[in-house]
Amino acid sequence: MSSTTANIKSPEVRRKPEGRDKMLLSIIGYVTLTVLAIFCIFPFILVISSSLSEESAIIEKGFQIFPTAFSTEAYSLLFKYPAEMLRAYGVTISVTAIGTIVGLFLTSMTAYVLSRRDFKWRSRFSFFFFFTTLFSGGLVPWYLMIINYLHLKDTLLVLILPMMMNVFYIIVMKSFMSSIPDAITESAKIDGAGDFRIFMQLIVPLSKPALATIGLFIALAYWNDWYNALLFISKSELMPLQYYLYKMLGNMDGMRKAMMASGAVVNTDLPTESLKMAMTIVATGPILLAYPFIQKYFVTGLTIGAVKG
Amino acid sequence: MKQKQHGFWDDVKKYRSLLLMLTPAVLFFLLFAYLPMSGIVLAFKQFDYTGGVFGSPWNGLDNFKFFIDSGDAWRVTRNTALYNIAFIVVNNGLQIFAAILLFEVAGKWFRKLTQTVLFLPYFISWVVVGAIAYNLFNFDVGTVNVLLKGLGMQPVDIYNTAAYWPFILVIVSAWKTLGYGTIMYLAAITSIDTEMYEAAEIDGANIFQRIMKITIPNLMPTVIILVLLAIGNIFRGDFGMFYNMVGNNGLLFSSTDVIDTFVFRSLTTSNEIGMSAAAGFYQSLLGFATIMLANYAVRRYDKDRALF
Repeated sequence: MSSTTANIKSPEVRRKPEGRDKMLLSIIGYVTLTVLAIFCIFPFILVISSSLSEESAIIEKGFQIFPTAFSTEAYSLLFKYPAEMLRAYGVTISVTAIGTIVGLFLTSMTAYVLSRRDFKWRSRFSFFFFFTTLFSGGLVPWYLMIINYLHLKDTLLVLILPMMMNVFYIIVMKSFMSSIPDAITESAKIDGAGDFRIFMQLIVPLSKPALATIGLFIALAYWNDWYNALLFISKSELMPLQYYLYKMLGNMDGMRKAMMASGAVVNTDLPTESLKMAMTIVATGPILLAYPFIQKYFVTGLTIGAVKG
Repeated sequence: MKQKQHGFWDDVKKYRSLLLMLTPAVLFFLLFAYLPMSGIVLAFKQFDYTGGVFGSPWNGLDNFKFFIDSGDAWRVTRNTALYNIAFIVVNNGLQIFAAILLFEVAGKWFRKLTQTVLFLPYFISWVVVGAIAYNLFNFDVGTVNVLLKGLGMQPVDIYNTAAYWPFILVIVSAWKTLGYGTIMYLAAITSIDTEMYEAAEIDGANIFQRIMKITIPNLMPTVIILVLLAIGNIFRGDFGMFYNMVGNNGLLFSSTDVIDTFVFRSLTTSNEIGMSAAAGFYQSLLGFATIMLANYAVRRYDKDRALF
C-alpha cells in the first residue's frame, strides 16, 4: 500500500530539498516572490490607510503607510449621504448582471456553432469574427455609429451592448468546446434532439469551467468599465460606479454638489484627500471582497485556455 | 439515381438552426465592427453634422496632411510603439521569471498566497489605479514626496515632469499585468511533461540547467503566441491606462501622448472629426500591417506557431 502512494509522481515529491543548487534557487525564489508580492499589495494598503487617516494629518504629513491619526470621518460622510453613490452602484450592478448573462449566453452559443465540425461554413464564420480583431474602422466611425445611427447616447443599453461580445472569449470557449467528444452530439441527434437543445442540455452543463471563467471575465469588464460612460453618458443618473468615481476624483466641487443634492449641509472644509481614498475603497470594495473566492476559478479557467491554446 | 446536388439553399435549410444560433453574433459584429469600417470614408471628408458620415463633402487627403503637419503624428506613433515594446519586454520577462520561480520553488501555501496577491491588481479598474497613482505621486501629499522629504531631499513635481512618465507607466503596466501573465505561463509550465525533468535529474542536471534546457525552451510556443498577439497591438495604446494616469495633462504629452489619447482628444475636445478619423484609420492600417508581418515572420520560422 505504502509503495503505491510513494510512486505517485507529484510535483511536491520532485521538489523536496536536495543539494546546494536547489537551496540557492529557493532563496532567490522566496526573496523575489516576496518582493513582488509586496510590490503588488503595497498600493492597496496605502489607499486603505489614507482613507482612514485624519485629513489634517494628510495635509501636514502627506499620505502614509500607517495612519498616524486614525479617523473614519471620510467613510461616515460617504455613508451619511449615500444617494448618489448608491445610484451609481445600482447602474453598475444592473449593467453587469444583464451584460454578463446575455453576453455569456451569446458567446457560448456562437462558440458552440463554430465548434461543430459538421458545420460546413464554420471556418468562414470564424474568419468573419476573427477579422474584426485585425482591422477596425477606428474610434470615430464607431462613436458616430453609436450616437448618430443607433441613437444609444444616454441610455443603459450603451453601457451594455458594445461590450457584450468579444472575439477572444469566443475563441477560448470554442477551443474548450472542441474538446468535448463529437459522439455526444451525434448520439443526441440520433435521439432526435435539435441543435439548440443539444447546446442547452448537453454542451452548457459540460462547459461549466469555461463558462465560469469567461463569465467572470465579462463581469469584471462590465464592473470596471468607465470608458463607454465617458464617451456616451452625460446624465448623472446613468453614471456607473467607476465613472462616478472618476468624476469625483477629478472634481471635488462636483462632490460637494452631489452631497448637497442628497441633503448634506456641506461646509467648505470637506476632508478632500481622505474622502477621495475612501470613495476609491468603496468603489473597489465588492471586487476586493469577492476576489479571494473567485480568483481560483480564474486560475483553472486560464489554465484551460492556455493549454488548449 | 444518386442524391440530387446540394445547392446553397439546401445548405441553408440543413443548417438553419445553427445559422439561427449564429444570428445574434453576426448582427453584433456587423453593427459594432463591420458597419463602422465603412465610416473610414470620414478620413477623406470634411465632416459636417448636417451631412453626416456620407453626405459630407470630400476633401481628399487634407485630414492626413493636417494630422502630419500638426507635428503630433510622429510623436504619438513613436510613443505608442515604444511603450508597447517596453511593455512586451518588461512584462513578459517578469511574468516568465515569476512563473518559473513559483513552479520550482514555492511550497503549496506560499504559491497560493503569492498567486492571489500578484493577481489582485488585475482586478481593479484603471480609475482606481489612477487614484492610487495620485496617492503616490501627488506633489503636496503624495507618498513618494513624503518619503523624499523624510530623507531630507527635495520633493519632485511628478505630474508636471514628462521625463518620469515612461518609467512610471512601464512599472504600472508591469504591476497590473504581473499576476495574469504569471498564471498563463505557470499553466504552460505545468503542462510540460514531468518525465523530461526526471530524466534530466537522473542525468545529473542541476536545477538551473533544467530551467535553462527544459522549462524555457518548452515555454517558447506560449511566449511566441502571447508576444505575437501583443505585437499586433503595438500601435494601440491602452486608453484606460494612459487616460487615467495622465488625463488631459498637456505638460506631459511629449512623453505620454499615444495614438488613442490623441484621437480621443481631437474627437471630444477639439471636435476635429475628420482628422481624428484620419488618425484612427492610420492606426488601423499600421496595426494591420504589423500583425500581417509578424504572422508572416512566425509562419516562416514555424508554420504551426502562426496565428493564421
